[in-house]
Amino acid sequence: MEFPQDLKYTEEHEWVRASRDLAVVGITDYAQSELGDVVYVELPAVGARVKKGASFGVVESVKSVSDLFAPVSGEVVRVNGALADHPEKVNEDPYGEGWMIEIRMDDPSELEDLLSAAEYAARVE
Amino acid sequence: MTYAPHTDEDRQAMLAALGLSSVEELFRDIPEEVRLRRPLDIPPGESEAALRRRLGAMARRNASADRYVCFLGGGVYDHYIPAAIPPLLSRGEFLTAYTPYQPEVSQGTLQSILEFQTMICALTGMDVANASMYDGASAAAEAALMAVDMAGRDRLLAPRTVAPDVRETVRTYLSGRGYALDEVEVDPAAGRLDPERLADALTDRHAAVIVGYPNFFGVVEDLAALAAVAHERGALLIAACDPIALGIFESPGALGADIVVGDGQALGNPMNFGGPSFGFFAAREAFLRRMPGRIAGRTVDRDGTPGCVLTLQTREQHIRRARATSNICTNNALNALAATIYLSLLGPAGLREVAAACLQNAHYAAERLEAAGARLAYRAPFFKEFLLELPCPPEDVIRRGLERGILAGRSLRREYPELDRHLLVAVTEQRTREEIEALAGIVEEAIR
Amino acid sequence: MSERQAQETGARGLVGLPEPTIYDRSRPGRRGVRPPRPDVPERPVEELAAGAPLRREPPALPEVSENQVVRHYTRLSQLNYAVDTGFYPLGSCTMKYNPRINEEMASLPGFAQLHPAVPEEAAQGALQLMWELERYLAEIAGMARVSLQPAAGAQGELCGMLIIRKYHESRGERRRKVLVPDSAHGTNPATAAMIGFDVVEVASDARGGVDLADLSRHLDEDVAALMLTNPNTLGLFDENIVEVARRVHAVGGLLYYDGANANAIMGVSRPGDMGFDVVHFNLHKTFSTPHGMGGPGSGPVGVKEALVPFLPVPLVERRGGQFVLDYDRPQTIGRLRSAYGNFGVLVRAYTYIRALGAEGLRRVSEDAVLNANYLLHLLRDTFDVPFDRLCMHEFVVSATPVKQRTGVRALDIAKRLLDHGYHSPTVYFPLIVDEALMIEPTETETKETLEDYAQALKAIVAEAEENPEALRQAPTRTPVRRLDEAGAARRPVVRLDRG
Repeated sequence: MEFPQDLKYTEEHEWVRASRDLAVVGITDYAQSELGDVVYVELPAVGARVKKGASFGVVESVKSVSDLFAPVSGEVVRVNGALADHPEKVNEDPYGEGWMIEIRMDDPSELEDLLSAAEYAARVE
Repeated sequence: MTYAPHTDEDRQAMLAALGLSSVEELFRDIPEEVRLRRPLDIPPGESEAALRRRLGAMARRNASADRYVCFLGGGVYDHYIPAAIPPLLSRGEFLTAYTPYQPEVSQGTLQSILEFQTMICALTGMDVANASMYDGASAAAEAALMAVDMAGRDRLLAPRTVAPDVRETVRTYLSGRGYALDEVEVDPAAGRLDPERLADALTDRHAAVIVGYPNFFGVVEDLAALAAVAHERGALLIAACDPIALGIFESPGALGADIVVGDGQALGNPMNFGGPSFGFFAAREAFLRRMPGRIAGRTVDRDGTPGCVLTLQTREQHIRRARATSNICTNNALNALAATIYLSLLGPAGLREVAAACLQNAHYAAERLEAAGARLAYRAPFFKEFLLELPCPPEDVIRRGLERGILAGRSLRREYPELDRHLLVAVTEQRTREEIEALAGIVEEAIR
Repeated sequence: MSERQAQETGARGLVGLPEPTIYDRSRPGRRGVRPPRPDVPERPVEELAAGAPLRREPPALPEVSENQVVRHYTRLSQLNYAVDTGFYPLGSCTMKYNPRINEEMASLPGFAQLHPAVPEEAAQGALQLMWELERYLAEIAGMARVSLQPAAGAQGELCGMLIIRKYHESRGERRRKVLVPDSAHGTNPATAAMIGFDVVEVASDARGGVDLADLSRHLDEDVAALMLTNPNTLGLFDENIVEVARRVHAVGGLLYYDGANANAIMGVSRPGDMGFDVVHFNLHKTFSTPHGMGGPGSGPVGVKEALVPFLPVPLVERRGGQFVLDYDRPQTIGRLRSAYGNFGVLVRAYTYIRALGAEGLRRVSEDAVLNANYLLHLLRDTFDVPFDRLCMHEFVVSATPVKQRTGVRALDIAKRLLDHGYHSPTVYFPLIVDEALMIEPTETETKETLEDYAQALKAIVAEAEENPEALRQAPTRTPVRRLDEAGAARRPVVRLDRG
């Protein structure tokens, strides 16, 4: 199972790819494999506010529903609209085409609370 | 007696295998203080022959539509049931199957549900429909809950022309979470909701307006105008329909309704003293994932053969538990199948003919009853039933009718105390000219 | 000839051909049944309907002949597994035999063709049946009164929880919490949440019952009710039920009995005597009314004396030898549906109760429990038994050891059972048992059927050891094979192309 070194992780299995004050968010390879076939992703609208640790959407497999938790606080500036028609991208390419939202962070120092790839891998393995 | 197959020998052998000497020991986990140490106070079992006599006698004490001419309506109607429906419904493979949890051995159920959903969409002019609800009233209540959840508003609005059972059911369902149903009075002369009156009553706390189509008094509401008013205020329009009317009147979807519900009894189901029938529930595509109840969808199997499954199940209680869109699981699938078969047998032309025959019969009856001395309460377009204003108590007509084998109509005294000289009369395609003349005769006598 | 798939071949079900849809059979202008024509003087529809919008386009319904309809739905029926075609031990659903006399009685014209608005004096037979049935159900439950109105178990739960809410409100209390065991049916938390309660989960103990210590941790003056199934979803009778009831009542809470599993206790033990305040029954489970592919059901609700004022309206009363409908109940929760309930289902349940009588009903529960224990005994060495006690009318085993040894899951076992000609048990429920198989044989199955089923399960586990891949391919002998559920949910096609 793959956990790219350049990403930050949450205990709830989201990943973050940060550059300056922007953070792209998705779910990890581990999360997608535990869920099985992802069939639906419900995401906030562009402009919505998300709060670190609070739910910002849900991801559904055929027989499960899981909350998505925001790794950082801020404003949603981009949403992966392709997931509406192709939710399977979350399974196929969790760190790439399966990304979910991009957040303009209120406080980039929140990233420091997140897990490194090694720390996350230790928790799920 | 029981329907169990065991011989005493079977029971002994099974107990012996379990290392037990008596059936009593099977229940040893039940604490003595909660054991029932006496027989139930229920009469002894009877043979089939005895049951036939007993229930046959009870059934004969009811003024049913096989022996009485039925002009009763108000949500349940004496429509014709084609002969092909009962034998198909009584097939054990439909009758004694359950919810299609194993789709590989439930394709009959699942495909018939998909056909049902398609027909309900066609009838209502909506994009998506579920596999059925309990009845029209509870379908309206589920629509009400869905509307408040989606809108984040806490009230609903309904004119008093919506059937009393529907309004009461909606109120009960809403009450649990502290939501309320507001009622709008209707102009007594018109018998239908005036769009301007709706505009006055509607606030930004109302998630939706529920309107009968036709309404409880048989009057065809101006759905398009009402939908426009509702949408202007950011509210949804929920249309509660008579499905037979949709054979001839414009579909609610084409007139701007957002959710369409109704009772499906009229579509091939017997009246059953009010149940079981089924409720239908259809909505715009965007609401698909917010809908309550089961939904069948098309897919393929491993070999690429087309098949159906229950889909979008994450909405439902067995997965989302406390966050489900509704707690409904069992619906009224067999009654929905009756409707699917009914609509197939009639087709668009047949359904239109049924609706047109109701329209003709009802208008002829209204004319004859006015000639007999009664008065139509409303001057508004109506479909197959109408409210009659009498110069005498409605009970006088009802009593005389019973004596002559005619169920003349229903009094609304309990639901609408102000309508104490009124009779609600329904005239389906099954009524004949002779029966209508007989009813007119009774009304004339009662008035005299 | 147009290019289309042949439809009118012989017995498609027998050769495994898929059945086209009813729309595939449609041809413009084809007619089925002709409705009656009016014999009154006709006027133009446009004139009669003046002021109302007429339909511009006819609804896209199929245009087919009666023969096509009969053949199509007969063939569809042949694709279904049903109690009438085989053993259906679906746990928690009580798929017992549905006696045909019930059907005959429900279809008597005096019942089936009765309009709900006939004057009470002209519906005395129907009202008497309801009045008597209410008393039988109250006696079985140990309750004061019963409403026959709820249309199904889930609506019964809604009814019962609304009653509980209203009871507390009548005492000036707004309690917010409802306790639900972790083994509960999903409907319990869904119902409680549907009417605004906060749902709190209570753990199960090592014997599969309510964990008393965990229960006490959650009990306070904010608890409106505990919802419980007893026997529970593990098929086990909660031996501590009296203590559970005492503790819940001590903080002013009420006990709700989910009657899904009442087939185990008729005439043996009554929920009312166990301390429950509200009960719902599923007539389509315990009282042999057919499941109809998922309904109509019926979910009557019984309550103790203190809760009677809150029951839905109307109730049937007997006054001076006449049966009447009583709407004058100022503290009622209101109504949950139109009319009086699924009367046709009530007729069937009434017929069943009168056929069996007190002795027969108790015999039902005895045989149901005997059958379950016998089947459990036959399977004890094949699966893991997480709570190894005498079970009631059903039991739960775990396929975890099979999965660990072979990689074959409960789902694969369930699918292979279909190839053996059986319906599978309920799988993956209750949630607290891994790889759960929940088996409810019911009392109407023979000893031989139970033995054959056990043999089939043993054969499947043996196959798992030898050829696990074959099991993952199951079923192979059904009309379709495993279906792509993910595909169905990703891009939902919930309506046919109407052509």
